Amino acid sequence: MATIDFARPTAPNQDKRWRIVESTMRRVGHHPRALIETLHTVQEAFGYLDRDALRYVAASLHVPLSRAYGVATFYHYFTLKPAGQHTCVVCTGTACYIKGANQLLGALKSMLKVEPGETTGDGKVSLLAARCLGSCGLAPAVVYDQEVAGKVSAEGLRARVAQWMSHDA
Amino acid sequence: MTVAAGIKTLKIDDRDFSARAQETILDVARQNGIFIPSLCELKGLSEVGACRLCLVEIKGSNRLFPACVTPVEEGMEVTTNSERLQRYRRSILELLFTERNHVCSVCVSNGHCEMQTLAQKLEITHVRFPYRYPKAEVDASHQRFVVDHNRCILCSRCVRVCDEIEGAHTWDLKGRGIHVRVITDLDEPWGSSETCTGCGKCVHVCPTGALFEKGRSVAEMMKRRQFLPYLTLMREDRE
Amino acid sequence: MTPEELIEIAEAEREAQSEYAHTFNVCVAAGCLSCQSQSVKDALDQEIKTHGLEHTCRTKGVGCMGLCSEGPLVSTEKGTLYKKVAASDAPELVESVEVGPVSRLVCPTDMPFFQKQKKIVLENSGVIDAERMEDYVAAGGYSGLIQALTEMTPAQVIEQVTRSGLRGRGGAGYPTGLKWSTVAKAQSTRKFAICNADEGDPGAFMDRSVLESDPHRVLEGMLIAAYAVGASEGFIYVRAEYPLAIKRLRTAIRQAERLGLLGGNICGTRFSFHIDLRLGAGAFVCGEETALIASIEGRRGTPRPRPPYPAQAGVFDEPTLINNVETYANVPMIIRNGGDWYARIGTEKSKGTKVFALAGRIQNTGLVEVPMGITLREIVFEIGGGIPDGRNFKAVQTGGPSGGCLPGQFLDMPVDYESLAKAGSIMGSGGMIVIDDSACMVDVAKYFMDFCMTESCGKCIPCRVGTYQVHELLKRITGCESTPQDMSMLQELCDLLKTTSLCGLGQSSPNPVLSTLRYFADEYKAHVEDHNCPAGVCGNGSGGAR
Repeated sequence: MATIDFARPTAPNQDKRWRIVESTMRRVGHHPRALIETLHTVQEAFGYLDRDALRYVAASLHVPLSRAYGVATFYHYFTLKPAGQHTCVVCTGTACYIKGANQLLGALKSMLKVEPGETTGDGKVSLLAARCLGSCGLAPAVVYDQEVAGKVSAEGLRARVAQWMSHDA
Repeated sequence: MTVAAGIKTLKIDDRDFSARAQETILDVARQNGIFIPSLCELKGLSEVGACRLCLVEIKGSNRLFPACVTPVEEGMEVTTNSERLQRYRRSILELLFTERNHVCSVCVSNGHCEMQTLAQKLEITHVRFPYRYPKAEVDASHQRFVVDHNRCILCSRCVRVCDEIEGAHTWDLKGRGIHVRVITDLDEPWGSSETCTGCGKCVHVCPTGALFEKGRSVAEMMKRRQFLPYLTLMREDRE
Repeated sequence: MTPEELIEIAEAEREAQSEYAHTFNVCVAAGCLSCQSQSVKDALDQEIKTHGLEHTCRTKGVGCMGLCSEGPLVSTEKGTLYKKVAASDAPELVESVEVGPVSRLVCPTDMPFFQKQKKIVLENSGVIDAERMEDYVAAGGYSGLIQALTEMTPAQVIEQVTRSGLRGRGGAGYPTGLKWSTVAKAQSTRKFAICNADEGDPGAFMDRSVLESDPHRVLEGMLIAAYAVGASEGFIYVRAEYPLAIKRLRTAIRQAERLGLLGGNICGTRFSFHIDLRLGAGAFVCGEETALIASIEGRRGTPRPRPPYPAQAGVFDEPTLINNVETYANVPMIIRNGGDWYARIGTEKSKGTKVFALAGRIQNTGLVEVPMGITLREIVFEIGGGIPDGRNFKAVQTGGPSGGCLPGQFLDMPVDYESLAKAGSIMGSGGMIVIDDSACMVDVAKYFMDFCMTESCGKCIPCRVGTYQVHELLKRITGCESTPQDMSMLQELCDLLKTTSLCGLGQSSPNPVLSTLRYFADEYKAHVEDHNCPAGVCGNGSGGAR
């Protein structure tokens, strides 16, 4: 049976970051099994996976659309919504739980009026709950943007996040 | 098909049977009129071993084995219907009833539903666990078909038939755990799917009223599956 | 790379190191880094320059020294250990090199935390620079691989591993030698060796620490395994949440490739092995072998029924060996010193050492490596230094969400696979969380069930709906609104999960509930019958509500 030529899709827009995505896909010969790696690259480059990105990646790797969506929603590391300007990740691993991570989470939930996984209305802060950061020795641990902080108190946490909220950036 | 060299003899519920080496316990039981409940399994599609209703006991092991994926072995002694198995099967089916909103009296598949039939066979009169009553959608955007998530049991037959037989892979699963849902394309309305061929295979392999044809009223949806053995046979002959 | 070249590298490195009279080893593993250890290192570097000591004194970024709760940690070539070092301490430290230790920062190393440990896996952690391969080689690294490749047949390698009695450190404790020989016997021209670094148990950070502190050890272990089983391709499946471990692994792979220890025709032999990294994406279930394989293949990480086992049909349906980080990290020493040497450590059925991540309500949190057979009491009260804040010990949780909570009566039990299983827990990957009397055990059980419910892949009905129903029951119990019937339903559902779930996640998910029901039945009773939480955690809204 003759193979039908299937035109390689073009990137959703002119954004240069698509070149990084394309190079990840090229490295594995656009093989369908590179789906997760490619999604990692997209999320690293753009911060999240939107429908255009999923459509482009799926078409490039010859992965069915529903499968791409199924994979993107199976793994909690992937997010389909853009994150806020700042992210605050509260670790809810066992050690942190024993040392009061829930109170930290509760403090932020009431302060920001969002649930874990959501972003404040003004797009300033995303609140996330992590399974375990592996910083159990420093429980309870919180990640402010990229920086891990250990032995966090509710007061310290509130102060730090309040700083973000007041900042006009 | 060639008859494999290995013919195995085994006991199912104290009766002696012979089987081909690559056959499963479920195959042999079916051929001989022994009933083992199942929901995710459908002959002609790949097995996933997910519903856990076909679990059977094998002498010499404390574990339970899914009959749909466990190949027969020489000298195997299988029990398909012990008190213990019946208890587990009832509990599993009860859990399934609590997961979504299954209301037989208003369902298009009432009277033709595999889950309903099984519940009757297993003599489930009431469900002991609390219902979840999740908010679930009904997508009627397709010209001819409807997907009602209230009645979906996530057996994934639609996903498999669409991928393995039709080759479109319009269906898949999204999310995980209790939040898993069947989806078309990028979780978009079925009616606007770019990949759906409208063949209706998914509708007819669906064991419940989760997938049905428009225009059917309560108890009117009959599923026709003759295409599945037919297509499988035709393809095998061509190879 | 020939054996001689390796020796040359080691000697050159040792010579280069000996030119420095003084070395400050600064921990730059994730634990201390999050206490600003990088700025301590920078300050020390600056101070050394200011004093014009660049040629005799240096700093070295090293891996985890174990006592994470006292970080940032700095050690010297004389064996002095400094704790809670700040950048502002740098001048004093640098001035001290000639006169003797800065006593206000000294952390005594004669305490049981250090004395009771036995280091095999962590031998180099906190000693070598994880980003310099030469440092690993100078410490004897890759000599096990060279020995295996040049002096041993694959069968002899497996023989040594079998003799060592090493068992899988990922949790289940399957004999490593047996696993290797099964894959070795599988008929295929293409085989895979995979390192499971998807450390998912909350409260466990052993694998991360090993990867951050001594990545080459894991590569060497994998290489030896690949040679033994006949694998030519490998993957390290590592959590995306561990960026530092990923970075150091990438560096290590690149270095090993450059030196010809990874790639084609390694050390001039016919053995070739390539390693690729695959990043996990936040799914605990991917620690299960068949789910991990699905994930490596770019699919949803849902387990499938076994057989076929990965040893017969794993990645891309080819025979596949899967071991976890710590298992591989044990291998180089087993080859170097022989299986019998390893088998002399530990108990009759559990050989060698085990790395534990000590956390929770305990004085010394951090990473420890102890010989199998040590008692829980020694770990918690001697090495761990006991319970802080004058509170009392209540339980120790091992094995994460698949394990159980053991009460005080087990403190004198030896830590080995069989004893832990008999007591209703498991060895697990090595998370050890100490719980004091301020915690409610029903709340702890609910915490783990919440974990299993959220991490359930949703494929099989018992796990998908069962974990949800058990969690609801526990919510009712901790909310002090349950009825006695709820207790029998809880028992029934736990049995259902254990017996009928498809994979290990579901089957072991009721363990935290079952073990707390067994040992802390009075706490359940108080919640159900008296609608009261003895620890005062539940029902007041501030505790476990999730």
